[in-house]
Amino acid sequence: MDLTLVPLLAILSSLAAVPFILWSSSKPNLRETWTIIAALVKFGLVLTLLPSALNGESVSLHLFDLAPGLPFALNADPLGVFFAVIASGLWIFTSFYSIGYVRGHKEHKQTRYYASFAICLSATIGIAFSGNLLTFIVFYELLTLATYPLVIHTESDDAIKAGRKYLAFTLTAGLLLIAAAGMVYYYTGTLDFTPGGILGDSDIPYHMILVMFILFLGGVGVKAGIMPLHGWLPAAMAAPTPVSALLHAVAVVKSGVFAVLRVVGYVFGVDVMGDYGLNDIIIVLAGATIILASLIAFAQDNLKRRLAYSTVGHLSYIVLGIALLTPLGIQGGIMHIAAHATMKITLFFCAGAIIVNLHRTEISNLNGIAKVMPWTMGAFVVGSMGLAGIPPINGFFSKFYLISGSLEGDMMIPVIILIVSGLLNAGYFFPIIHRAYFKKGEGLEKYGEASPFMVVPIVITATLSVLFGLFPNLFFNFFDLAAQISESLFNSPSP
Amino acid sequence: MLDFFLGHYAYWFVIILMCVGLYGILFKKNLVKKTIGLAIFQVSVVLYFVSIASKWDATVPVRDSNISVEQVANYLNPLPHTLMLTAIVVGVATLGVAFTLLMAIYNRYGTLDEQELLEEIQ
Amino acid sequence: MIESHLPALIALTFVLFAILIPALGFWKPSTSQPLAVLGSGIASVLSLYGFISYLQTGSIRYFFGGWEPPVGIEFVYDGLSGFFILVINTVAFFVLIHSRHVARTEYPGKEMPYFALAMLALLGFNGMILTGDLFNLYVFLEISSLASYGLIAIGSRPAPFAAFRYLIIGTAGGTLYLLGVGFLYTVTGTLNIIDMAAMLPSFATDTSVVAALVFMVVGIGVKAALFPLHGWLPDSYTFASSSSTALIAPIGTKVAAYILFRIVFYLFGVELTDAVAPITTVIGVLAAIGILYGSIMAIAQTEMKRMLAYSSVSQIGYIIMGLSLANPLGFAGALLHVLNHAVMKACLFLVAGNLRMKEGHSDISKFDDSYRKKYPWTMASFSVAAISMVGLPPLAGFFSKWYLALGTIDNENWIFLAVILISSLLNAVYFFRILEKVYMMNPKKDQKSATDAKRNEVGFSMMFPTSVLAIALFVIGFANAAIVGILFNIFPM
Repeated sequence: MDLTLVPLLAILSSLAAVPFILWSSSKPNLRETWTIIAALVKFGLVLTLLPSALNGESVSLHLFDLAPGLPFALNADPLGVFFAVIASGLWIFTSFYSIGYVRGHKEHKQTRYYASFAICLSATIGIAFSGNLLTFIVFYELLTLATYPLVIHTESDDAIKAGRKYLAFTLTAGLLLIAAAGMVYYYTGTLDFTPGGILGDSDIPYHMILVMFILFLGGVGVKAGIMPLHGWLPAAMAAPTPVSALLHAVAVVKSGVFAVLRVVGYVFGVDVMGDYGLNDIIIVLAGATIILASLIAFAQDNLKRRLAYSTVGHLSYIVLGIALLTPLGIQGGIMHIAAHATMKITLFFCAGAIIVNLHRTEISNLNGIAKVMPWTMGAFVVGSMGLAGIPPINGFFSKFYLISGSLEGDMMIPVIILIVSGLLNAGYFFPIIHRAYFKKGEGLEKYGEASPFMVVPIVITATLSVLFGLFPNLFFNFFDLAAQISESLFNSPSP
Repeated sequence: MLDFFLGHYAYWFVIILMCVGLYGILFKKNLVKKTIGLAIFQVSVVLYFVSIASKWDATVPVRDSNISVEQVANYLNPLPHTLMLTAIVVGVATLGVAFTLLMAIYNRYGTLDEQELLEEIQ
Repeated sequence: MIESHLPALIALTFVLFAILIPALGFWKPSTSQPLAVLGSGIASVLSLYGFISYLQTGSIRYFFGGWEPPVGIEFVYDGLSGFFILVINTVAFFVLIHSRHVARTEYPGKEMPYFALAMLALLGFNGMILTGDLFNLYVFLEISSLASYGLIAIGSRPAPFAAFRYLIIGTAGGTLYLLGVGFLYTVTGTLNIIDMAAMLPSFATDTSVVAALVFMVVGIGVKAALFPLHGWLPDSYTFASSSSTALIAPIGTKVAAYILFRIVFYLFGVELTDAVAPITTVIGVLAAIGILYGSIMAIAQTEMKRMLAYSSVSQIGYIIMGLSLANPLGFAGALLHVLNHAVMKACLFLVAGNLRMKEGHSDISKFDDSYRKKYPWTMASFSVAAISMVGLPPLAGFFSKWYLALGTIDNENWIFLAVILISSLLNAVYFFRILEKVYMMNPKKDQKSATDAKRNEVGFSMMFPTSVLAIALFVIGFANAAIVGILFNIFPM
C-alpha cells in the first residue's frame, strides 16, 4: 500500500471538516457528527502509518517549494507518528467529551469552538509530520492562531486578557523561532530535520551556536512551558475545559516539548548539544521549573490552575529527559509525552465534569463529591496517582526511565529533582482526593454523576493510563517506538 | 578666493534664490507665500540648468552657415534649454494645481493661515 | 511584433483612456468608471504579457521615434520595471473596480474628473517605472504627483489642505531630484540611465556626483515617505476619499521605492553608491527607525485609515531596508514585499472603504462584534490581510519578512533582524486589537447587540475586489518560491 499521501490526508482530514462544521452551524447534531467523523478518519489515517514507523521507516512527501530550496515537506518518521497517534487518538475522546461539556455548560458560539478545534488538530498533526523547520513553523503559527479563539472563547474580560497574554507569548516565540531558523538556514543551507542534527559538521563560531540556542529556547520554550516562559499557560485556563484538556495538556504544550525534541535531536544533534554543554542550561531551567511549578501548584485553590501548574512541571520532566542526552533519558521523555497526555487529559476531564455538574471550580469546595461522582473521582485518583509516579500507572514507568537515564549520564541532581517532585505531586493531589472522599460535603444532594458523554471518555482515558502502565506495548507499541526513536538519535549516520 | 566667488557668480545667484525659496516654503505661515516660495525654488533650478548650457564665445544653437556643424564647441548646448521648457511647463501646472487647492481651502475654511488651518483640522 | 512595442503601448493605453474618459464622461458620466476599469485592465494584460515575454526572451527596449539613446528617449521593460508594472497595474485594476459605488456616494457628479485623474496618475506611475531617461522620469514624476494631489483633494473637508501640504513637500522633493539630475548631466553629458551608468564609475570621486546622489535620494525619499520625510502621508491618506487612498496608498510609495532601486542598483550600482556616499547605510538606518516609528504611531491611532497610513510608513521601511541590505535575499525580500504590501494595503484600504460606505466612519473605537454579523466577508478579508501584515505563515506577508530576515542574517546585521521581528509584534498589537473588537467584544448595552444585527454586506462590485485581494494573499504565499525564483534572477549583480 502506498502511504505517500497519508500524512497529508491526515492533516487535511480535520481541516476539510471545517467547512462542513461551519455549514451545519444551525444543526448541532450534524455539526458534532462531522467532528466525530473527522476525528475517527484522522486517527485511522495516522494508524496506517504506525506499522512502517515501527520498522523505523518514514513516509516523506515533498509537495511544493515554500521558498527556493525549502520544500513544504512532510515526513512521518517514528517520532512524528508517535506524537500524531497520541494527539489524534485523544481527540476522539475529547470530541465526545466536548459534546457533553459544551451542551451541559450551554456555551455560546459552539460552531466557532468546533471549527477552531478541528483546525488546531490539523496544525498539531502538521507539527508532528513536518519534515523541515520551515514547514514546522507554518503549522506552529497556525496552531497559535487557531488556539486563540478557543482561549478567549468565553469572551469575558479575563478571557480577553488571557488571550492577549497568550498571543504576546506565543507570537514572540514564533518570531524567535523564525529568526533561529533563518540563522540555521544561513549557516547550514538546509532546514531538514535529520536524526543526529544538521549543525554537527558546520564550523559555526561558538557564540553563534549560543545565540541560535537561546533563540530556539525562547521559540520552543514558550509552548513547552519552561519557566519563566510559562506565564500564558495558567492564564489560558480561562478556556473551556475540553480545550484545556486536549490543547493545554496534549496538543499545544506537547507541540512545545515535541519541538524541543526536534531541535535538540534533529537540528542541533545530541553531539553538538553535549559538546557545547548546552544541555546543562536546559537541565537547570527544567529542573527549576519542575520544583517551582510543583510548589506554586500547592498555592492554587482553583482546580484548573493547579492542574495547569502541574502541567508546567510535567512538561519539564519531558524537557529534562531530552536534555539528559542519554538514550534512556530521551526514551523516558518520549514515554512521558504519552503518559502525561493520558493522565492529564483524564484530570482535566474530571475538572470539567465537576464544573459542568456542580459548577464548582475551587478545590476548597470539593468536599465529599466522590459520593455523587464516583466514576469521575475514581478516574481522578488514577490520574493523580500516575502523575505522582505510583506504579502500575504509566506515569511510574516514564519516570523510572527518566531516573535510569540520569543515572546513565552519572547525574544525581536530576534524580533528586524527580524524586522530590514525585513527593510534591503527591502532596498537591492527595489533599484533593482526601477532600473528595473523606470530608463531608454540603448541598450535594440534588446532583448525580455527570452525563455519559463526559463520564465514558473519562473512564476510558483513565483505563488507558493503567493499561499503558501495565502493558506499554499493548495497542500502539509505544514502548518500542520510544526506544527506537531515542536510539535513532544516537546511532545516526551523521558525521 | 575672490575668483572662486566671482567665477561662479551664476551658481551663487542660484544658491541664493534657492535659499530664498526654501525660506518661503519652510517659514512662511501664509499658504500663498509658501506657494511663492515654491515657485522661486523651482525657478532657481531652472536657472541652474540654463546657466550650465552657456559657453563663452559661443552662439545660439541655430545653424550658422559660417560655423560648420562639427564645431560643436561654438554652439550653446540646446538640451538644457529644451529640458527647462518642459520643467517650466511642469512648474506652471504645479502652480495651477496649488492655487486651485488654495481656493478650495479658502472656500471651506475662510483662511489661508497654516496655523489656523492646523487647529481647524485637529 | 507587439512585444517590441509593449513598453510604449502600456503607457499609451493610459493616455488614450485619460482622453476618452473626459470625452465620453462629458456626455454620460456613468461611462467613466467602466472605461477606467477597462483601461487599467488592458494595461494589466499587456503588463502580464510583457512580463511573460521578458521571462522568455529578455528585456525589451523601446526607442521613441526610432531615435536611439543617448539622443532619443527610451522605455525599458526589464525584470525590475516589468515586475513593478505588473504589480501596480493589477492592483489598480481591482481598486478601480471597487471605486464604482464609492465614487457615487462619496463625490457624486465628480466621477469623470476622478477617473480621468486616476488614469493620469497611473500614466505617471507607469511612465516613471518604464522610462530609461532621468529627465523623462522627472516629467512622469510630476504628472503622477499632480494627478495624485488632485485625487487626494477629492475627499473630506480637510482633504484640499492635506493635498496642498503634500504638494509643497512633494514638489520640493521633485525639484531636488531635478537638481540632482542636473548635476549628473553636467558631469556625464547624458540623461539616459544605461548610458550614464557606464560613465559614472570614472566620476565616482567628483563632488557633484556625491551631491547629485544625495539630492536624488532625498527628493525621492519624500515621495517614498521614507522616515523622516513621511510627514505628508498620514493626513493625505486619512482625509482623501476611500477610493483615492486605496488607489494611491498601495502604489505611490512603491513607485518611489522603485526609483531608489533604479538609482542604487542600476544607475550607480551598489559598490559605487557606497563609494560615493554611505547612502545604503543611512537609508537602512532611517528605514529601521521608520519601521518602528510607523508601527508605534499606528498603535496610537483610533481611526482605521490613519492607522493604516502609519502602517504604510512602517511597511515602506521594510522595502527600503531590503534595498539597503544590497544582497540577493534582501533584494528579493524587498520586491516580494512590494507585491505583498501592495495587495495587503489595497485590501485593507478597501475594507476601510467598505466600512465607510456602510457605517459612514471607520473609527476603531466604535467597532464591535455586530460588524462580524453585518459584514462577514469584509471582515474575513480584513482578518486575512491583517494576519498577513503581522506575518504569520502561510500567508504572503510571512515570506517577505522571511527573506528580509535571511537578508539581514546574511549581512550579519542583527539590529535590523531585531527591528523586523519587533515590528511584527507591534503589527500584531494594532491588528489584533481590531480583530478582538470585531470578533469578540460584546456590544455595549445601549447599542444593538450582535444577535439583532442584520447582514448588511457591501455589493458585489466592492466585495469582489476585496475578497480577490485577500485570496491573492494565500496564492502568493503558496507560490512565493516561484516568484522569488524570478526575483533572484532579476537581481542585477
